[in-house]
Amino acid sequence: MTISSASPGLAMPDPKNRLFGPLPDVSAEAGYEEDHPKRVGFFTDTSVCIGCKACEVACKEWNTLPMDDSFGVKDAMGLSGMSYDNTGQLGANSWRHVAFIEQSRAVDLPMPTFGRPGDDRHDHGASPTTPGDDFSLANAQQSVLNAEALSEFDPQTGQTGADKQIRWLMSSDVCKHCTHAGCLDVCPTGALFRTEFGTVVVQQDICNGCGYCVAACPYGVIDQRKEDGRVFKCTMCYDRLTDGLQPACATACPTQSIQFGDLDELQERADARLATLKAQGVETARLYGRDENDGVGGDGAFFLLLDEPEVYGLPPDPIVTTRDLPAMWKAAGKAAVMMIGVAVTAVLGSRRR
Amino acid sequence: MTGGITSPDAGWRQADRGPSTQHTTKKRRKRGGGRGRGEVAMVDDVEFTSYYGRQIVKTPVWKSPDVPLYLFLGGAAGSSSILAAIADLTDRPTLTRVGRYTAGAGSLLSVVALVHDLGRPERFLHMLRVFKPTSPLSVGTYILSPFSAAAAATAAVELLGWFPRLKRFGGVVSAIFGGPLATYTGVLLANTAVPSWHAAHEQLPYVFGGSAMAAGGGISMIFVPVDEAGPARKMAVAGAAIELAVVHRVENDHGIESEPYHEGRPGKLMQAAKTCTAVGAGLTVLAGRTRIGAIASGTLLAAGSLLTRFGVFEAGIASTKDPKYVVIPQRERLAAQQNGHASTITR
Repeated sequence: MTISSASPGLAMPDPKNRLFGPLPDVSAEAGYEEDHPKRVGFFTDTSVCIGCKACEVACKEWNTLPMDDSFGVKDAMGLSGMSYDNTGQLGANSWRHVAFIEQSRAVDLPMPTFGRPGDDRHDHGASPTTPGDDFSLANAQQSVLNAEALSEFDPQTGQTGADKQIRWLMSSDVCKHCTHAGCLDVCPTGALFRTEFGTVVVQQDICNGCGYCVAACPYGVIDQRKEDGRVFKCTMCYDRLTDGLQPACATACPTQSIQFGDLDELQERADARLATLKAQGVETARLYGRDENDGVGGDGAFFLLLDEPEVYGLPPDPIVTTRDLPAMWKAAGKAAVMMIGVAVTAVLGSRRR
Repeated sequence: MTGGITSPDAGWRQADRGPSTQHTTKKRRKRGGGRGRGEVAMVDDVEFTSYYGRQIVKTPVWKSPDVPLYLFLGGAAGSSSILAAIADLTDRPTLTRVGRYTAGAGSLLSVVALVHDLGRPERFLHMLRVFKPTSPLSVGTYILSPFSAAAAATAAVELLGWFPRLKRFGGVVSAIFGGPLATYTGVLLANTAVPSWHAAHEQLPYVFGGSAMAAGGGISMIFVPVDEAGPARKMAVAGAAIELAVVHRVENDHGIESEPYHEGRPGKLMQAAKTCTAVGAGLTVLAGRTRIGAIASGTLLAAGSLLTRFGVFEAGIASTKDPKYVVIPQRERLAAQQNGHASTITR
């Protein structure tokens, strides 16, 4: 028996943020030597997701995941009846899940008239170089994708009638590989572990199907295969990573909505992307899981969203349950002492026969 | 809280899906079964958004009779072992014997229930690979294992009448682990993302501790002659009082996360639990010194404890199935942070 390295223990003040808060080096905290690889992650930029589900298919193929319907019923092929999303949710057999949200809004003002897309790019100052060369052409194309696509000339936005506008939000959800992973904290067998890449993976030969991780995940990612008994979730293609390959979903994504790489680099890229979108007037763009001061210490897989997280089925402010564990153990200890106190009092307070 | 949540931008709404995705919670009043007088509305009208009404956190895969039964048996066994050890030291042989049998039988059955609940029961011993203080189930394994070994061995030698000194030692060992066994299960449930369990994380250990004493005391009252069962009666009544007091806080202190404790099947179970426990405790005080009164009140107390476990368990399960129990408290938390100290969350 070993004291698990993934177990920060009962260090109550938690000065090293072992239960909660920012953690600069998750792998080192989990016990890896200093020369471990850098922490990797996913940046899922939903503003360029086209909902093709190539990520889902690639994931199923690579990881040989069984078929199931949108409620996790195995070998059932059912339509969810709610949208183009027939995957429904992340689960034991769906490690990528593309959400489809159809939204409409009332349009009060007469719609602005457009020229060709990109014609007004100079107003945005998006092209710092002289017009006409290849670089600025690329920029212009980028600008079409970025600015107009999301603000005024959104290809996902169509008009139905004069007073109503429709847009589609699409987002490929995945295990967040949290800095403070609830599933990892509560696993009693050590089946869940932190890899050298900073990801969280289940060892299938260890898992005994206790199901604690299922209840502990604040995002509802990990789940049990009923017929198997064990739990399954995204491994960020641990097998591919160890061979120097990118995860299957990121490889398959045709629009680079799913970007894989070193987490710090992805974070920089995401910040820049957010700044670009904000500058272009996409007020609702926001990063989700990027903030290392959030309830799970930041996510290894984070997102750029165009609406509130709950619209995509994500919790707005998830907190790793173990943050409150010291308080819980304290309460349990006091309650146990209380029991002995009551029992002693009850016995001593009673007359002997 | 209303408005604004779903549409900070230019009024985007879920298209043609109004009822299933753009929810508004109904104004609900606490139904206290006659005690509702003076209660305030628990939850105001709150609009919130979800993804086609789908749940966000997963429903625990723990099976229903197994886990609540484990919580009950572990609690009853734990409190009985404590009572038995102290009764042994103060020379109360019948109370000691009954307590040891209860502890021994309860511990063995709770091991069976716990192992049976695993997806891969044959891998139970994988629990013993590591010790993880962050995993209540791991800690619980290291509480339950020595407890069940000591309590079962003590009950066995009690039955056979061998090794009197070893018996006392085994009884004391099981009593040491008995308290933690009864209260750690509160942490086991609370240390999850299940909204209605986690919200009550500082109360559930006390609920289960009190409930355990009500059950252990009640079972002892059934089998021990009334003139020797004084300690069992006192422990049972004290436990029942603690249970009722703390359950009241669980059911009312946590806003919308308390709601599942009042509604549907869990609400009925909680109501039945409170009734059984209260009537059982009252009957113990009034008629606990008669044989029939002791049997009736002891049974009621044990039933109340069992129902409390089922009620708490099912309330948590219910709270995972509706996204409002995840979204609304988290939204409120974010709003409070923005009002209070805006710098903590930037998204």
